[in-house]
Amino acid sequence: MFTDFLIALTMLTNFTLVATSRVNKAIQLAVFQGILLGLIPIAMGLGKHLHILLVAAAAIAVKGWLIPFLLRRAVTQAHIYREVDPYVGYTVSLLLCAAGTGLSLMLAHSLPLKPGSTPTFLVPAALATLFTGFLLLVSRRKALTQVVGYLVLENGIYLFGLLLVEDMPVLVETGILLDLFVGVFVMGIVINHIHVAFDSTDTSYLAELKD
Amino acid sequence: MILFLLAVGLAALSGVPGLFGRDREGRTAAMLMTASAVLGTWAGVRVLLGAPAPALRLPTLALGSQGLLVLDPIAAWFLLPVLLLSACGAWYGVAYWHSPQGSPRWVRLVFGLLTAALAVLVCAAHMWVFLLAWEGMAIAAFLLVITEDRLPETRRAAWIYLVSTHTGTLFLFGAFGLLAGLTGHWDLAAWPRGFAATSQGTLLFLLFLAGFGMKAGAMPLHIWLPPAHAAAPSHVSSLMSGVLIKMGILGLVRLVAWVPDPPLWWGGLVVGLGTLSGILGVAFALGQHDLKRLLAYHSIENIGIILLGLGLGLVGKSTGHPALQALGFAGALLHVVNHSLFKGLLFLAAGSVGHATGTRDLEQLGGLGRNMPWTSAAFLGGSWAICGLPPLNGFISEWFIYLGSFRALGLPRWPWSVGILAALALIGALALACFAKAFGTVFLGTPRSAAAAEAHESPRAMLIPMAVLAGACGVIGVFPALIVPGLDRVVATLGPGLPGLAGLTRLPLLTGLALALVLVGLLLVRWLRGGRSTETVPADLPTWDCGYSQSVPRAQYSASSFADGLVSGARWVLFPKVHAAKVQGLFPRSARFSSHVPDPVLDRTLDPLFRLSVRGLSYLHAIQTGQLPVYLLYVLLTLLFLLIWMVV
Repeated sequence: MFTDFLIALTMLTNFTLVATSRVNKAIQLAVFQGILLGLIPIAMGLGKHLHILLVAAAAIAVKGWLIPFLLRRAVTQAHIYREVDPYVGYTVSLLLCAAGTGLSLMLAHSLPLKPGSTPTFLVPAALATLFTGFLLLVSRRKALTQVVGYLVLENGIYLFGLLLVEDMPVLVETGILLDLFVGVFVMGIVINHIHVAFDSTDTSYLAELKD
Repeated sequence: MILFLLAVGLAALSGVPGLFGRDREGRTAAMLMTASAVLGTWAGVRVLLGAPAPALRLPTLALGSQGLLVLDPIAAWFLLPVLLLSACGAWYGVAYWHSPQGSPRWVRLVFGLLTAALAVLVCAAHMWVFLLAWEGMAIAAFLLVITEDRLPETRRAAWIYLVSTHTGTLFLFGAFGLLAGLTGHWDLAAWPRGFAATSQGTLLFLLFLAGFGMKAGAMPLHIWLPPAHAAAPSHVSSLMSGVLIKMGILGLVRLVAWVPDPPLWWGGLVVGLGTLSGILGVAFALGQHDLKRLLAYHSIENIGIILLGLGLGLVGKSTGHPALQALGFAGALLHVVNHSLFKGLLFLAAGSVGHATGTRDLEQLGGLGRNMPWTSAAFLGGSWAICGLPPLNGFISEWFIYLGSFRALGLPRWPWSVGILAALALIGALALACFAKAFGTVFLGTPRSAAAAEAHESPRAMLIPMAVLAGACGVIGVFPALIVPGLDRVVATLGPGLPGLAGLTRLPLLTGLALALVLVGLLLVRWLRGGRSTETVPADLPTWDCGYSQSVPRAQYSASSFADGLVSGARWVLFPKVHAAKVQGLFPRSARFSSHVPDPVLDRTLDPLFRLSVRGLSYLHAIQTGQLPVYLLYVLLTLLFLLIWMVV
């Protein structure tokens, strides 16, 4: 019951994410979603496995503290507070996100899943979050918002991983976390470089590097 | 096994002291390589003398099978030239770098790593270990080829090498994957009887032949070999030509050992490849003007000879003819070692010429024998051996293959053996012509350029490795009986119940003849010297001035004019490109002449093909917008497509 509530909140966060134009708020929402995801395994009653508890704690620490810390620093350094003029407007984004969520709900029914796994909202939520992350990555112009999209994408993968959480070795989960951290770290550096080179964090300038 | 592992470790780490600035010339690295060679040779020789094969095994089954490395007789046989040539190369490298542009430190480190990869590769008993060492070898060699990366032709050569070696590895991935899927384990082990004749067996054979043939440089797959050998530093070319390309042969030899009943056409195909590589290799060598390119085409020729022996042995295995197997395999295996010795020697000597004059262009050299007596002696010895003349080692291995071909003449099911004889004879004659051209143009006559006139003999660190290799050529050539016990043990692993070589080849007679020949040669030299010692000969006199009082170097036979009879005669295979102005009138204007022989596969087939495909593929530029979100959109669309495809 409580799990479903958390999952529903996650999906609602997706909608808010695509509709927001302020960078700070997008980061806040991504952090919020990350913490929600960290709580889901505990709500699912998996707290009895020590390694799952540890990974959940690590996920909350990385997504709730370390990554926002890096991102906020990037925000203050690059002086970017708003996503102006995205490739895809906010209303259209919202509609696309809704379409993606609907598609996920439809697809999730007919996905060939491992027999024995209980049909929950977990699969559609994971797919919807994946789509949202991709939508943010594709439709936004500023590198920072794209990083947020990447975070949301990883959240979707994490949700999918929860399906297999009892079988998945701790190594794989920590691997995903490390991947996320390194990804954000590298993108932080890239943002800084774009800012220095083009005096803006608009990634469309990167097209000038094409040969 | 400890000895072997120690040798590998020493070789791999030999370049490390140089990184910390203590080892400026590379003497420490060379000493470490020598120590590695001594240890590894000890381990290898013990196996060849009959000690049980040491092996490294893993207790757990984590990698699918236990054995990782086995130093069996085949491995030991290939290990010896690897270690000898790399130690010689390391010492040679100490003095080879006269200019600060190269990066010897880096070269030394990678040279050691290449040696270690080669040593691991020959012993690999697990497919993963084999492929890891194979790729390690390929990448280390790529880094060494690209050492002088400021030259555009070096970069081109290195890229061609990288692409071809990975194409070869792709074939091997396919072959090993297929094999592991069929047998259920990753061991490099014998195939079940009857498997080779199935369609999967055929596919496996063709994949292995393509993968290993690419590395060995068999004729249609040789494209990387001439440019890479010409571009690499000389001790690297020597190691590449001497041992690296032999790893393709190692793979084929292993394949022969696994298969108990090869179909007859396998041997026929290998013989056909060998004939093609042998004859075309030497024919294209005749048309070259770059000394190292010429030697590289000779490597293709010698791979052809080795393949002839191997194919002959395979035919013997298919027809159940033990003497044929023993002679064919022994000839091929001995030629592997012999070629690594004399080709290593020739590349070192060619590097010595380049070191002294700064050029490898035959038309710029000439008369070096006067200033560089030791280098010219080394090059002469190597040429003598590579032409298969007694009393040096090239003769012995070709003799084995000749003997085998004569025995195969009586086979009712396989009438092609007379073709092997004809091919070997043709190869030998053309090789002699080619080395007469190379040696004559470089070391005899009068210098064709100022650089050649001011050439100086190389330092001792470069001469001693050459002397070691030349000595080894001489020992094998005069006393082949010394190596026969070891060779017998290697050959015995390739087929059941093979006879010993001593009974097949009359080696004592050969030794006697060789000694007589050496004696006659020494007497001849003494007689010539004795006859001339009364007069005083000015040192700067030209060899032969054609009766003119003042001859000029340009009036000599050049490399292209020397070979012109053969090259123009074989115009229908070689397609030489000649640029010459017609000389007209009584007082013609000054004219230039140049000719070169483009490679049939690389320059005439692949190059135009790739140019065409580049033009065709340029339309795909439209989807490369350079916008990051667009690329992500492609990913998203692919993901959606896959998801929907999976569900529907």
